[in-house]
Order: sequence, then C-alpha cells, then structure tokens
Amino acid sequence: MNKLLSSLRIALRALRVNRARSALTMLGIIIGVAAVIAMVGVGAGATARIQDQIQSIGSNLIIVMPGSVSTNGVRLGSGGVSTLSEDDAKAIAAECPAVAAVAPTLRGGVQIVFGSANWATSAQGVTPEYTTIRDLTMKSGQFFTDQDVDAGAKVAVLGETVSQNLFGGTDPTGQVIIVKNVPFTVVGVLTPKGQSPTGQDQDDVILLPISSARQKVIGGNRANAKSVGNLMVQAVSPDQMEQALSEMTTLLRERHRIQPGHDDDFTVRNLTEVFAAQETSAQVMSILLGAIASVSLIVGGIGIMNIMLVSVTERTREIGLRQAVGARTRDILSQFLVEAVTLSLLGGIIGIVVGLTASALISYFAEWSTEVSLLSVLMAFLFSALVGVFFGYYPARKAAYLDPIEALRYE
Amino acid sequence: MPAVIETTDLVRDFLLGEIPVHVLKGITFQLERGDFVAIMGPSGSGKSTLMNILGCLDKPTSGTYKLEGSGIGDLTRDQLAEIRNKKIGFVFQQFNLLARTSALENVELPLLYTDLPAKERRERALKALQAVGLGDRSEHQPSQLSGGQQQRVAIARAMVNNPKIILADEPTGALDSRTSLEIMAIFQRLNREDAITILLVTHDAHMASYANREIHFKDGRIESNEIIAKPRDAQADLAALPPEAVETVKEEVTA
Repeated sequence: MNKLLSSLRIALRALRVNRARSALTMLGIIIGVAAVIAMVGVGAGATARIQDQIQSIGSNLIIVMPGSVSTNGVRLGSGGVSTLSEDDAKAIAAECPAVAAVAPTLRGGVQIVFGSANWATSAQGVTPEYTTIRDLTMKSGQFFTDQDVDAGAKVAVLGETVSQNLFGGTDPTGQVIIVKNVPFTVVGVLTPKGQSPTGQDQDDVILLPISSARQKVIGGNRANAKSVGNLMVQAVSPDQMEQALSEMTTLLRERHRIQPGHDDDFTVRNLTEVFAAQETSAQVMSILLGAIASVSLIVGGIGIMNIMLVSVTERTREIGLRQAVGARTRDILSQFLVEAVTLSLLGGIIGIVVGLTASALISYFAEWSTEVSLLSVLMAFLFSALVGVFFGYYPARKAAYLDPIEALRYE
Repeated sequence: MPAVIETTDLVRDFLLGEIPVHVLKGITFQLERGDFVAIMGPSGSGKSTLMNILGCLDKPTSGTYKLEGSGIGDLTRDQLAEIRNKKIGFVFQQFNLLARTSALENVELPLLYTDLPAKERRERALKALQAVGLGDRSEHQPSQLSGGQQQRVAIARAMVNNPKIILADEPTGALDSRTSLEIMAIFQRLNREDAITILLVTHDAHMASYANREIHFKDGRIESNEIIAKPRDAQADLAALPPEAVETVKEEVTA
C-alpha cells in the first residue's frame, strides 16, 4: 500500500513536469469516457421509455381482430365485417386454458357534450375485464360493473384527457354528459397512462358498457346482435402466449365453421411481441452508440501510448540511473505503468463528471430522457484503467528492458 | 576472506557490424578491502568497459569476475540489479541527479528499491547528506546547487546503501580544481573510515595521486599496476590552498 502510494506520488510528479502535455493526453480519455457515459445514458433512457410504454398497454396481450371474409369469391378487407361476437369472447374465456382473461371491445368516434363544452374522442365499449387486461386503475370513482353491462346502463368512465377538456380541473364523477344525443352518467376517471408505443394518447378515451355502446352510440351489426370489434386477450403467462394463440385459433375456426383449407375470418396478433421488437431496436441503438463512443476511448488510449513512448525516450538517462542504483525490471515497468494508469484514471474520473453533466444537459435541453446507471459509470472507470494498463504496457516494457549502459550514455 | 574484486582473464568483445572488436583482452587483477585505485589510460583503452563489468552493468565475453568471492557470470538481469543496489555505488562525471527532485530524494533513490520502511530511508538519506556536508541543503533541487555540491549529493547517493565498492568515472572532470579536491577528500575519508573500495577512472594524474594504487590501461590490457607508497592527503592540500581562492568559490556557490 505504501509502495503504491509512493509510486503514485512519483507518477503525479512526473506528470506535473509537463502539465499541458499530460492534460492534452488526458483529454482523449476524458472525451472517450464522457461520450460512453452520455451515449449509454441516452440509449438506456430510450429503452426505458419504450419499456414504460409497453407496460402501459398491459402485459401478455393478444388482440383478435375481425379478418377478411370472402363471400361468393369477393374478398373483403380486414375488419370489413365484424365476425366476432361476445359469445366468442365467453367461449374463449371458458375453453382456452392458456387464456387468463378476454375483453370484447367495440370502438367508434363520438362527440361528447357537457354544458357548453364539447370534445371529439374515441368511445370504447368494454366489459370490466378490460381493466384487468389493460391494467387500468381509477383516479376517482368506480369502474362500471358486469350488472351495468348486462342492463345496458348509461354510465361512462372518462380518460384523463377527456375529463380535462370537458370539466377542467373539477371531478366529473356523478355529472351527466351527452354522447351522441344520449345522456350518460360519469361514474369514474381513469388514472392517466400517457402515450402508447405507437404514439397515441391513451387517455383520450371514453369507456362505456359494451351493450350500451352497441345499442345507443356506435351501432352494431344487424346480422349479429352481439357483434364486437376486437377481442383483447391476456395469456396466463409470457411463455403461454403461443399456446393461447393456437387454442384460440382452433376454437374460433370451429365456432365460425371454417372448413379446413379456407382462410380464417379473424386475425390474431401478439401485441407484446410487436412492441418488444421496438424495444430490441432501442437496445441495438444504445449498444451502437456505446460502441462508437468506445472507439474514442481507444483513440484516447493510443494518445496515452504515444505520450508514454515520448516520455520513455526523454527520460532514458533517468531510467539508466535508476537501473544502475538497483531498480529491477519490474520496478521500472511498474513506474511507467502507474504513470500511464494515473493518466487514464484521472482522465476517467474527469470524464465521468463531464459525462454526467452532458447527459443531464441532454435531458434538460433536448428533453430526451437519459438514464446513467451506476454500472455504466463503474464500467467506464474500469475501462479507462484497463486502457491505461493496455496502452501503457508497451512503453513501460520498453523502458524496463533498456540496456542500462546505453541508457546512461544517452544524450 | 576473499578479495573484494577478483577478475581472471576478462575478455570483452563487441561486434562492430560483423567484425568483432576486442576491447578487453584478458584483464586479471585483485582488489582488497580498503583499496583506493586510480585507473588511468587513454580514451578507448577499455577503462569504461571494465568499469561497466565491475559495476555489474555488463558481462564479460569470457573470463570470470568475482565480487566478494561470488561470480556474477550466471546471474539474471534482476539479480545483477540487486547486487548493484546492495554492493555498488556509482559516481558519474555528469552527476546524473534527477531534476526537479530534492537532494534528499535523490540520495534516497537507491533505497526505494530496498524493503526499508519510508522513515528509515529518510533517516539514512539525511545521514548520508550530512556526511558529505550538505545536511542543510536537503530540500534544494539540483538546479539550486553548485557543481561541487551536486557531485557531493551524487556521492551521498552512492554511499547511502553502504556499498562495498564505489565506482567513480571521471568524478572531477566537470569541476574546478578546488572542488575536485573537496571531492577527493570525501573519497579518501570514505575509503579510510568505512573501508570502502574505490575505483576512480581519471585522466588527471594529480587526482590519481590521492589513490593508493594506480592501474594503467593500454589497448585493452593492464600496462602497469602499482602501489602508491605515499598517497597525497586531499584534506591537507585543501587546507594549504590560499584563502582568496576560498572566497571565490564561496561567491560562485551563492551566486
């Protein structure tokens, strides 16, 4: 320990002799470490934001949409005909073991009026299961119940955006709003969820019992009294997603009497997977950013090697003298190695400070979320030490194996 | 008790391109504890090569060199470094002090490569500095010292680890005659009081007259090896110098 401290002191003194040169050499490492920390911070921030968004749509989600139908050889596009019904939803919930919950939804655009204020938004006819699947919680009031759905009650739950636009800051619970000329009583407001991974405002929504929505607001399919738009399905666990998909496909083909060889009249999509792809791309981006920043750290290391080589040449006589008075190979080696590592570690420490400042500035001015983890700071510190050892070794070795006679005679 | 230095038929060849040059052509001699030898001879006669071998900085092409009875021929680089550290002190013509480093730390340098604790290193370095009369200059840097003082720091460095031999290559070559005498006085004292064997390479016959043995080199061979019956006393000669000379030296030192 004492030995290390004294060699550190000797190294610092040697570095002080050429202050400007040492500072410029460190600059390479400072920029490298700061770039790594800031870039990894930006990348981690992006990944974290996408993860939040994926969390906000709910976990293990599968969406079943009406598919294309061909009637007498005429193929209609997806969603052209609502082929799904509430009974399908009930059957899936009852018969597919890999499915935890099913929520039928029916969607349509509506204009809502309250007093002199009005607001256009998207209305969703849903059942209480929807709250489980989408992981919804109430900011105020209650969600409507199965009884409300069965009775076709004229009750509504508002998203935060709708609530703000119609009621300002006041609590809308108990107020009566007009949706497409039909009065609905507001029973609650949802806790805000923010943006979806596709950038939509998930709070600009009004939730109605699916029965009331179909009869009074959105309108159903005359041929199918219990028609629904999509089915939101939650699998029991992430590794049961595939199982749930195949169970549902089999069941729905059976229920819709689709002959083998014919196309499904519905589409099943694994939502989590879609958004997970975005997360992966964000991670790839952060790895790329980190890799590019690492290159500058390596360039900084080459700068250290360069300066250490110059320093060894300049101090040839000193090395010769030290050898003459008894310095062993390892003594000289460690002296120059400690010097290189001191340079790179000092640069690393300053670089960490600069990197933290830079990422704070990026979040403040560019309004990008950045997340600097302790791990990335530690890694940067360790990496800069490694750079010092790696790039300091060659010059140090060169010094340690100088011929003392030649070195003493060097002018 | 074995001789401090014993060489037998030392040969050292260098390759100049592909042609071997015989620099030492069979050197055999012995030095006892307490010898003070002046080595003289023209440039290129092999003095420095011999000093390098005796200083364990180089190995002979053939022949043996025994230091206190043990051969150094089979030792590794690091073992030689350890011998230099423990048994040999070097004094150079150009002092070779570390710049921007205090006199004390310069003297301490050889002790850095021992296992001595920091406190004891300091104490021994200070004692060595006091022995050459520079106890009050321990915090001065070489650039703040006169040439003679710098050489005294270098001698303190050479003796700090209690060596058996001190190898001095033209130690007075860069100094005026009065300072040279001061240096010779220190060497004589080390030689007499601590029985350190001293090898002094010099061109100056006057300086050689302070040694008690004189070896002459010519063409890689020893031409003569003679005991000086009555060596001069540097301290006495120093006292005999006219006082005005003392004044000028002092002015130079303070300037």
